Amino acid sequence: MDATIENIVVSNRANLEVFSGTLQTLAQNDRDIIVVTSDSRGSGKLVPFGQKFPDQIVEVGIAEQNLVGVAAGLASAGKKVFAVSPACFLTARALEQIKNDVAYSNNAVKLIGISAGVSYGALGSTHHSLHDFAVLRTINNLMIIAPADNFETEQAIRLAAETDLPVYLRFGKKTMPLLSTEETTFEFGKGRTIKEGKDLVLIATGETVWPTLQAAEKLERESGIEATVISMHTIKPLDYDLIGRVAASGKPIITVEEHSIYGGLGEACASFLLENNYRNKFKIIGVPDEYTVTGSQQEIFDHYGISVEGITAAALKMGKG
Amino acid sequence: MSEQELAHKSVDYRKKILKYIFQANAGHTGGSLSCIDILNVLYNHVLNVDAADFASPDRDRYIQSKGHTVEALYVVLASKGFFPESDLETLCRYKSHYIGHPTRKVHGVEQNTGALGHGLSLSVGTAIAGKLDKKDYRVFTLLGDGELPEGSNWEAALSASHYKLDNLCAILDKNNLQITGATADVCNTDPVDKKFEAFGWEVRHVDGHDLKQLKETFDAIPFVKGKPSLVIAHTVKGKGVSYMENQLKWHHGVPTQQQYADALEELDLLDGNI
Repeated sequence: MDATIENIVVSNRANLEVFSGTLQTLAQNDRDIIVVTSDSRGSGKLVPFGQKFPDQIVEVGIAEQNLVGVAAGLASAGKKVFAVSPACFLTARALEQIKNDVAYSNNAVKLIGISAGVSYGALGSTHHSLHDFAVLRTINNLMIIAPADNFETEQAIRLAAETDLPVYLRFGKKTMPLLSTEETTFEFGKGRTIKEGKDLVLIATGETVWPTLQAAEKLERESGIEATVISMHTIKPLDYDLIGRVAASGKPIITVEEHSIYGGLGEACASFLLENNYRNKFKIIGVPDEYTVTGSQQEIFDHYGISVEGITAAALKMGKG
Repeated sequence: MSEQELAHKSVDYRKKILKYIFQANAGHTGGSLSCIDILNVLYNHVLNVDAADFASPDRDRYIQSKGHTVEALYVVLASKGFFPESDLETLCRYKSHYIGHPTRKVHGVEQNTGALGHGLSLSVGTAIAGKLDKKDYRVFTLLGDGELPEGSNWEAALSASHYKLDNLCAILDKNNLQITGATADVCNTDPVDKKFEAFGWEVRHVDGHDLKQLKETFDAIPFVKGKPSLVIAHTVKGKGVSYMENQLKWHHGVPTQQQYADALEELDLLDGNI
């Protein structure tokens, strides 16, 4: 069943809160779940976790390189480690630790990038992570996950806890609707088709899935254009089967992400399409190569067209293919 | 193992380090010779590790932060039965697992290192896990004095004392030289003992080539309950080969055939005098 606007449950919970709640549930029955924080337990909504499981939280202070190194050491001794830090710092400052101590050494740390993308809004570019997909995609042996809604977040955390591979998970702190139904399934590496349509394909990831779905509804309602909407929650390994299937019809494809237009979901799709001789009309929606305009996350989204209006306008411009 | 046996081992290890660096035409010669006595004492006297049961959760951990002196680690691991020494014939060769920095592809290696300033954080995490699990294992890491300006070392040094990791022992291979020149000239880290003490560590100085001193020092860890231990091992880069000692060019210099023969002759003489 499609999760249409009419039957969407507004959960009023941010993916961040779902993350911390799920971790508490898991830690209840698993002493090996360890959270490592860099003065980030408040921003990670992990204060209750720390109170309930004081022996399962390791604080390193504001020291992201040490955060990742210590997490890797804990993981090598058999712990199921969630290293939690704002995505901007985690994936830039500690990049060498992510590459060497986690991915190259195959220590199965779950790197949790909180307040990802432009979640920090007007705090500015120091606090934005619009580079993380791009830099982490080039690191071998690291899954990259950006869940769209509360359901995908909970599933991703549960799967991450059990996998013996390194994972990078990023999400924001905005309240998200539930874009799933009781029949929805979730698997790393398998994009989730939320809505089927015959005219156009919209592939979005993370918190941009919601405005993308709203844009699809608007296109259908106002212009009779029916769009397929995919939550591509796994940026790596990317679901090439699904992309190939939707591209085979020749429909125009638009990708949407809270990331630089360079090196993220859009370019990953583009290289796959070109290399496999698909010649669909193609458009990447994301943040252009600039330090963003000042504003809230929503204002920044609106400014760069990562919005219902922006996605709708891009779709109309491309036509039906 | 008696000190005499250890002394013979040290000579043997030095000869093998030179052999494989000479054959591979690559390697970190000076630093491998400066840290080899430390590794000798660790693997033959201190560490509870067994090649036949390396996956044991109770094993002591050795994480080599100064990964570039991997030749010292490889020859010791081979002598402890982790792999046949003949594997080292492939050192740095096309498709060999024996690359120029520690890698878990080689049996007995705990962590992939090589980028500097990583070993101490990895060791802190492993030591915290040991405390959480109430295990008796200890974690050892070998630092180079050239890598100390990496800020991550000091982040990790803070965590080690914050978590009272008396199951952690760092050893500083203080040979006072790095690729550009004297460590004191490149970026002076002295007085390094005072710095670590200020960070909450208990520090001991030792002659890093005196096997008896090394044994006694390691036997005394933790120096203080509730504090991480630092052994500052005063060493000589290129130790054991007179023309290499304290000579910058032997950081990653490879001996010629004649130089290699001269070195072996000198080491054989040394062996005979033990």
